[in-house]
Order: sequence, then structure tokens, then C-alpha cells
Amino acid sequence: MTTLTAAAQARPGWSRWLARWEALLIVALLGLIVVGNSLSPFFLTAGNFANLIAALMEVAIMALPMTLIIIVGEIDLSVESSAGLASALLGFLWMSHVPLPIAIPIVLAVGALGGLVNGLFVAKAGLPSLVVTLGTLAVFRGLALIVLGPIGVSDFPPAFTELGFGHVPGTLIPWPFVIFVVLAVLLTVILHQTWIGRQIFAIGKNSGAARYSGVRVSRVKIGLFVLSGLIASLAGIILTSRLSSARADAAEGMTLTVVTVVLLGGVNIFGGSGSIPGVVLAVLAVAVMQNALRLASVTVEVQSIALGLLLILSVVIPTSAHRAKSAIDRVRGGRPPPADSVPRGEQRIPTVEEERS
Amino acid sequence: MADPRAGALVAPSRTPGRLVGTIARQRELSLLAILIVLGAAVSLRAPQFLTLSNVSQVAVLASVTAVAALGEALVILTRNVDLSVEATIGIVAYVVAVTLESHTFGAPAAVVVGIALGLVLGMVNGILIAFLRVPSIVATLGTLSVFRGIDYFIAGSHQVPLAGLPDGFTDPARSDVFGIPVFVLVTVVLVVIGTAILRSTRFGRQIYAVGSNPEAAAILGIPSRRVVFTAFALCGALAGVAGVMWVMEFGTINGTAATGAVLAIVAATVVGGVNIFGGSGTLAGAALGALFLGFVANALPLIGLNQFYLQAIYGVVILVAVAADALILRRLQRSRTRRSGR
Repeated sequence: MTTLTAAAQARPGWSRWLARWEALLIVALLGLIVVGNSLSPFFLTAGNFANLIAALMEVAIMALPMTLIIIVGEIDLSVESSAGLASALLGFLWMSHVPLPIAIPIVLAVGALGGLVNGLFVAKAGLPSLVVTLGTLAVFRGLALIVLGPIGVSDFPPAFTELGFGHVPGTLIPWPFVIFVVLAVLLTVILHQTWIGRQIFAIGKNSGAARYSGVRVSRVKIGLFVLSGLIASLAGIILTSRLSSARADAAEGMTLTVVTVVLLGGVNIFGGSGSIPGVVLAVLAVAVMQNALRLASVTVEVQSIALGLLLILSVVIPTSAHRAKSAIDRVRGGRPPPADSVPRGEQRIPTVEEERS
Repeated sequence: MADPRAGALVAPSRTPGRLVGTIARQRELSLLAILIVLGAAVSLRAPQFLTLSNVSQVAVLASVTAVAALGEALVILTRNVDLSVEATIGIVAYVVAVTLESHTFGAPAAVVVGIALGLVLGMVNGILIAFLRVPSIVATLGTLSVFRGIDYFIAGSHQVPLAGLPDGFTDPARSDVFGIPVFVLVTVVLVVIGTAILRSTRFGRQIYAVGSNPEAAAILGIPSRRVVFTAFALCGALAGVAGVMWVMEFGTINGTAATGAVLAIVAATVVGGVNIFGGSGTLAGAALGALFLGFVANALPLIGLNQFYLQAIYGVVILVAVAADALILRRLQRSRTRRSGR
């Protein structure tokens, strides 16, 4: 698995663990497929797979920049509202007779601008991304409501709804999946094969050390938040197209699924390690799980309980395993394990003493 | 009121710059000043804004948010956050309402059960965060989904109507003692008790210590995990109180009660001067923050803006309050370095 090498080099000693985590995901995925197949004869059909993938594509697309942001040691809770704002703005522009080839770039630009606001607050003002993006989560959703109000816009032309709803001609592959694959490959190369990716891992592992090594920390972070806002708007456009309806409350509650997918994909919540292929595997696992639950007639409420538990477990298991391993190493008298990075909840502006040290 | 920063572990012996220190200390006062100016400005356009009945109505409604914000303040003081409070409020509200409707418990027992349920849910968060070391943002994002899912699951499509509640149960939301609404009295009592605990007990000082400098707190032998756990447990219990108040206030309860309330609660806490970096802030500030947001929500229609602006305003309030805190903190650190002659 060559794609893992960058992550492995960025965090020596984690490579084996990461490889194992991804192996675990593959096993879970196969297990879910077996379970799903026993639930319904239609589970293993191409049509069902196309459906289960299509239903999760907005989440999957937003998970890609979220992966980079969590690796760099931040978080973006505002993605669902960025997508909602994109949907509302698109509906508003279409209602005001702006042609789509002009409206879509405007929507994407507004999304990037929203990401820039997040990035400036986090990187320039030094505020915790958790609170900043909690604030913009409300601001972007509020703007969506102000722009479109409680109405829905649904008279989009067929050429547009084809983007979210249609398939690549002659196959069952949905168009959003093509977009996802292209973005995933692009970001995999950037994260795992280029200097940009190296800088992202370096900042996530030790932001101070990265800065003293000449990494422009705030520029990288701002760039990532802009990317996140841009791609979240793209996801909002795809969602609008797939449902052929623009609404201000589009994508509400989606951030939870996005963060779950990323952490399930083996990305360390404290930053510094993770991989795009792992997240792609997690997307497939969650898609299959949701589909299997639906086939088993499990209600939406129980699905939301399952998702919440999955999110917590995907942090508890690796953290506990790491602590158990450290404890074993200590007992054996081996070298002390690397200290865990400071949890995000505990981040703050470094004091002067820390800056000097 | 004593400077909460001075009691914290940051650096008790060094005096921060006088002006900056004053601003930092006076968040409660400046909030009151803003409230008065806002009230005067709005009442110019809508004279009914500052009538006694409107003010007490706003204060009663804000009390529910304020009680939940007290719990959120305890958690944020320890440098954590609890996003699951709204689900705790929702689940407690439904359980209290439905047990009353089915006559499982009498009114006093239902109230106790509701608060106890909130306490248990808060302890679940506390275990995850303090003992399993899940970052609070992830843990409470997860439990937000889990608690709300359980709420939907037990509620289904059932809705408890106002008529299903025993007679007089919702009276506390509508009655007053010597002209002061009962809900406001409850909030004030909780603020006074909580402030006394924070200022004068070992646990209270430990909360500030853990929040302002976890490493130093650990070196001093403060059991930070137990402190964080207790903060989350109390936050759950206070959310339980807010859930009971929610039933009394709104009467008609289904599985979606309090959806989205977390933004107002966090916004009230940070706008009330509880520093998001932990270690400083007061409960009175958090309660005043809730009152402030209550007035803003009430003033919107009076000045011709619809409710859709409210969400955006909560967001802007969070951003502005946090940015101001960070600015003050940075100034404090800078002036402290200058004074210590380094």
C-alpha cells in the first residue's frame, strides 16, 4: 500500500497501526456485505450498490477536505451549513432568472469565501476552530434562511438534475460518484505524494515545530478551510440537483456523518495522521451499513443512534488501544511511547512561556 | 465581584494592565450596559418592548436557556464543550411529560426523575470525556445524535398535549412571587448557589484551575479527571432542570423538543464572558448572556426583522464574543510579560 507511506513517514510507529486499522475496515466492510446479502437477495445487485453509493455522495465529498482539516489539527463543523447556503443561494439565483452557468460559479465563490472567513478566524486570529465553525454553522444557516426563507425551489431544468440523479451513459455509475473519485484521487496525490501533504502532516503533528521549520502554518490552514468551503458548496449543489429541490434547510445534521466517516477512516482526532484511502473505505462501510440497516427495516431514529455510537467508538477504540499498547511497552521496559498530542478541546493560544521554549 | 482570573492558576501575583484588566473583568457590566442601550433604542420604535409584562415574559423564556447555560458554563470553564445539552433537555422534557400523562409519577416525582435522568446522561458524557479520553467535541457530537435518537425512538409520533399534564403543573412558568416570576427566582437561586460553590469550595477552585492550566493543575495534584467528570454530570443535571422548565413553559411536548437550542446555549455562555479557552468567567455572566439573547430574539419582530435572522445573530454573537476574549487574553499576556520585566 504505497499510499500509506507518507502517513507512515509522517508518524513513525503508526504505520503498522494504520495498516491494521484499514485492514479492520476491509474486514468490517466484507462482514457488512455478508450480513446485507443475507437480509435481501437484492443487496448484492449493481442497482442497489449504485443507490447506496448515490445516497451518501454529498457526505463522502465533504469528508475529503474534512480529512485534511482534521489531520492538520483543526475541525470544520460548518460544512453542513455551507452546503445549505449553497442550495439556498442556487435556488434564489435560479428564482431571480440567473442562468445556471453563471449561478453555479457564484455559489462556489460564496462557499470559498465562507471558508476564507473560517480560515482567517482560525489561522490569523488564533481562535479554536471548534468554536469558530460552530459560530459559522449558525451564521451560514441563518444566511441560507434569510436568502431563501422557508420556501423550496424545484423547477430546475432536466440538464441540471441529471448531474445529481443521472448515471454515466451505459452504466449504473452515478455522476456524483465520478466527482467523488476524481476529488479523492486528486487529494490522495496531494496529501500523500506532495510537499503540501507533508506540510499538512507536519503541522498536525507539531504545529510549533512546523512553523520553526519554515512551514507557513496559517497559509496552509486558510487554504484548507477555503477548500472545505468550496467543496461543501459543491456538495450542496449536488444535493440540490439530486433532490431537484433547493431548500434553506438542506444538508441539516450532515456534519455528524461527515466527521464520523473521517474518524472511522482512521484519521487521528488529535491531528497528525490519517489517509484518504482509509476515509474512502469508511465511506463504503457507512454506505453499506446504512443500506443494511434500511433493508433490516431499522428506523431512522435507531440509525442515528448507531451513527453516534460509531463516532464515539471510532475514537475510543484507537485511543484505548494506543494507551494499552503504551502500558504494555512501559511494563516491558521499552522506550517510552510518544506523548499524545494535546487534544483539540484543550487547544488554546500558546502562552508566552511556551512560545519562548 | 472579585476578578475570577485572579483566583485562577494563571498568575495570581502579577497584575494585568489596568485598562485591559478592567474591560476583561467587566463583561457582566458591559453586557448590562448594552442591554439598557438596546432596550432604549428598540423601545423608541416599539414602545411595548419595555413594558413590565413584555420584560417579564422575556425573562421567563430566557430562564430556560439560562439554566442550561449555567451547566454549559461549568463545562466550558474546564476547557471542554457540551453539544449534547439540547438532546438532554429534549429527552428529559419528553420523559417528564409522558410519565405525567400516563400517571406513572406524581408531579414532584416526575421532576426528580427528570433531573436524575439529566444527571445520568451528563455522567455518560463525563465518563467518555474524563475517563475514556474522547475529546469533548467528538463525544458530545456523538451523544447528541445518540440521545436525540433515543428521544425520537421512545416518543415516536406521540405528542403529549397540554391537557395531558396534571392541573397546575405548568403554573410555575406563569406565576410570580412578590412580582418576580418563579422561573427567574429559580435561575437566580441556582446562580447564587453555583457562584458560591465556584468561589468558595475546593471543587469550585479546582474547576478554574483545571480550565486555566491543566498541566499545572495536574502537577498540583488536582484530580482533573474527577473535576471534568463532575462538571459534565452537573451540566447534565442542570440540563435536566431546564428540561423540566421546558415542559412547564411550553406544555405541549414531542420528540423534537429543544432541537437546535444548543446554539443559543453556547452563545449565551460565551457572550456572558465565559472564556472558551477555559479558566475564567462567571455563572452570573452566562445567565445575563441568556437574558441578552432573549431580548435580541424578542426585539427582532419589533424592529421588522423576521425570525430567520435569529440563527445568523447567534452565530455572529459567538464569533464576536470569542474573538473579543482572545484579544483580551492576548493583551493580558503581553502586559504581563512587560510587567515581569522580561
